Amino acid sequence: MNRFAELLDRLAFEPSRNGKLRLMLEYFRGVPDPERGFALAALTGALSFQHAKSGLIRALISERADPVLFDLSYDFVGDLSETVALMWPAPLHAAQDDAESPTLTAVVKTLSTLGKAELPAQLARWLDHLDETGRWALLKLVTGAMRIGVSARLAKTAVAMLGDKEPDEIELLWPGLAPPYLDLFAWIEGRAGKPATGDPVPFRPVMLSHAIEETDFAALDPAQYYAEWKWDGIRVQAVAASRPNGTRVTRLYSRTGEDISASFPDLADALAFDGAIDGELLIMREGRVQSFNVLQQRLNRKTVTAKLLNEFPAHLRAYDLLVEDDKDLREQPLSLRRARLEALIARLHEPRIDLSPQISFGDWATLARARSDPASAGAGPDADAIEGVMLKRRDSAYLPGRPKGLWWKWKRDPFVVDAVLMYAQRGHGKRSSYYSDYTFGVWTAGENGDELVPVGKAYFGFTDAELLEIDRFVRRNTIERFGPVREVVHEREQGLVFEVAFEGLQRSTRHKSGLAMRFPRISRLRWDKPPRDADRLETLEAILMKIEEGGRLTSATARP
Amino acid sequence: MRPQDLLVPTPAGLCCPPGGFHIDPVRPVARAIISHGHSDHARPGHGAVLATQETLELMRLRYGDAFAGNTQAIRYGEPITLDSVTVTLHPAGHVLGSAQIAVTANGLRMVASGDYKDAPDPTCAPFELVHCDVFITEATFGLPVFHHGDAAAEINKLLHSVALFPERAHLVGAYSLGKAQRVLALLRAAGYDKPIYLHGALDSITQYYAQTIPLGDLRNVRGTPKPDLAGAIALCPPSALKDLWTRRFPDPLTAFASGWMRVRARARQHGVELPLVISDHADWAGLTATIAATGASEVWVTHGAEDALVHWCDLQGLAARPLRIVGYGEEDEPDGADAPEANA
Repeated sequence: MNRFAELLDRLAFEPSRNGKLRLMLEYFRGVPDPERGFALAALTGALSFQHAKSGLIRALISERADPVLFDLSYDFVGDLSETVALMWPAPLHAAQDDAESPTLTAVVKTLSTLGKAELPAQLARWLDHLDETGRWALLKLVTGAMRIGVSARLAKTAVAMLGDKEPDEIELLWPGLAPPYLDLFAWIEGRAGKPATGDPVPFRPVMLSHAIEETDFAALDPAQYYAEWKWDGIRVQAVAASRPNGTRVTRLYSRTGEDISASFPDLADALAFDGAIDGELLIMREGRVQSFNVLQQRLNRKTVTAKLLNEFPAHLRAYDLLVEDDKDLREQPLSLRRARLEALIARLHEPRIDLSPQISFGDWATLARARSDPASAGAGPDADAIEGVMLKRRDSAYLPGRPKGLWWKWKRDPFVVDAVLMYAQRGHGKRSSYYSDYTFGVWTAGENGDELVPVGKAYFGFTDAELLEIDRFVRRNTIERFGPVREVVHEREQGLVFEVAFEGLQRSTRHKSGLAMRFPRISRLRWDKPPRDADRLETLEAILMKIEEGGRLTSATARP
Repeated sequence: MRPQDLLVPTPAGLCCPPGGFHIDPVRPVARAIISHGHSDHARPGHGAVLATQETLELMRLRYGDAFAGNTQAIRYGEPITLDSVTVTLHPAGHVLGSAQIAVTANGLRMVASGDYKDAPDPTCAPFELVHCDVFITEATFGLPVFHHGDAAAEINKLLHSVALFPERAHLVGAYSLGKAQRVLALLRAAGYDKPIYLHGALDSITQYYAQTIPLGDLRNVRGTPKPDLAGAIALCPPSALKDLWTRRFPDPLTAFASGWMRVRARARQHGVELPLVISDHADWAGLTATIAATGASEVWVTHGAEDALVHWCDLQGLAARPLRIVGYGEEDEPDGADAPEANA
């Protein structure tokens, strides 16, 4: 447990992806089976046991600590598990690494069989034999609140690095594996063959596109490409099959291979085919695709209620077919996969699944027109949920990753406004000596004339050289400091104007302006522009109203 | 004599009217006894200063020769009589030269501990327990969540990180008087014998320590080419961790040696990637064990998390009162680390 606790501790503070990978790699290399396998399960969220509630933790500490001292401590530390871990009165006889210090393996195995009534006493015994970090890790584990900034994918990537394998290979095997993954580690370390995937509905690594640049078109022949709408939903892989005993199994995967079926049971139940479809998950109401703003209201909900299913029905808009029956089509050209997909969708007759239409075009100019006005180019009322067009080579095989020259995305131009830098905050990790997180505002009428109201925050979009310039500007023009945040001069004639690009707008009660930007980034520094010429809140409100009305909105109309 | 007649809390600090002196005064006074050299306890501008030789030397290094009208050095345990009061200094284990100040009159003994720790430290004399009637304690880490543990284990954590990330410079924030030199000594004790790089602000005090304590090959960061700093350990005052100064290092990894690092939110607030729990103050167990061992029936708490410690004393049946002296704890207060680097 102590070694695992050290790993969690370091991961929680390590900001960089590479640093996290190195820490995990070292752990998997140095820690034997089955301990490392259970660690992998903990990191990927694959452990299932009844989680301890915070009430139980509170009860344990209240038997052992003075209530006033506990309250003062909790108040200072701010996190229940951490407070208890730090102030737990370890018995004198229990040295840090005594023989009774539990291993992660023992903890996981015990928890999976332990009755609810026995949990408090068992937890207390473990806590008695661990140090501060060990107790913290144990409490995070049993309460199911790890939050150490490591995704399941990243943990699998570290395991792959252990044996020079591709993370996608592990992703493919994953559904058939179980903690402590002895067969996986044996294969990774070359001690055994590849574990068989017993899963009838495995994830296949997805094919991604490159963003197209103006200069790319010259080398491309329109006749070799299909064009489709680029939907502003969630990329999913819908997989369905029958087990040998005849029972049906269906699964929805995110583009990284995460199983999201539980969040979309309405769609998962509608997958009445055998195969794997690549497509976009969208919300469909009365035959009309809804914007991402609507979809977002269904995402990140903990429980999927009947009301939610009813108000936000999930829909699959299909654009590729990877597997049909048990035939893998990925080596076949897209033209053939598309034909089979069209036939399959037609046979299915499932209102929740339809085909992503193709856009007919003879030259790039025609396609450019379609991109700037999808409603008139065949998308009709669905135009709201379109964020550009996709170009796919007709002869392209379905290749994992982002192969060059086969698929291109040509996104709609973002919205842009000119906003004024108001506050700057120091970044993290490599950027900890730079003011790299910026809050910017636009003008609105206030009690004493025009004033700036914050409308968003962005921490990328600029080059390293620009970061240096902005950092210098922030340091020289600070008017107030609040801890790591500096207020920067923002007056009519004095201040820094950013051109901010963003993908959408939503109403928000969390911001004073009443608005929240989607995916904001700094697209240009406007050293030439005085703050008085920056945009007004009315401009943003007009954009938002048009988005809400569902009217077609091109970027040209976004600018005043 | 009642305790409150022997030592009186005043806005300038603890005052001893029968002896005619102040202890660690925060404003200029005629006669001052100084417990140790940290800038919140040792301030310039007093008429006469009594302290250990080391504390006087450290004050001279920081403030120049004219830091006081006149000075007098005394050794640990050497009694000195000031009017009707006898004063002795005893090791506090906090930093080099740090002392507890025992004040005795008419059979009443009060000990003003200054800042102290009861943990081993290769750079200063170990804490000496002094029996007394009234014990005046700090409470910087006066909450039961603070357990400082073994400093050598924290140093191993740092060395492990250096081995795992050999291309990254490891910057260790450490207070410039005491902590920095203790970290250096601990690194040497752990067998680390490569050059260690220092921020300019650590220079003079470290050189002073190095006269009596071997600290190995120390070099200035200034003037060292960037590539030479890959995989190196460099020490700096905590405020420099977020300074432009860090840009002279290749892919710096920031560590911070402080008792505050025990609490994650504190470490995160500072953007620390490698928190090292190394403190020059007593932790909760140290504070409570020391209070009990002095045999004092009354406890005064100068600064820090006094509420919790006063409550603990109440539970033990000890009379306790917070003094709430304003001006202490600022040198070591991490929230002050963003302030201009004068002396921390």
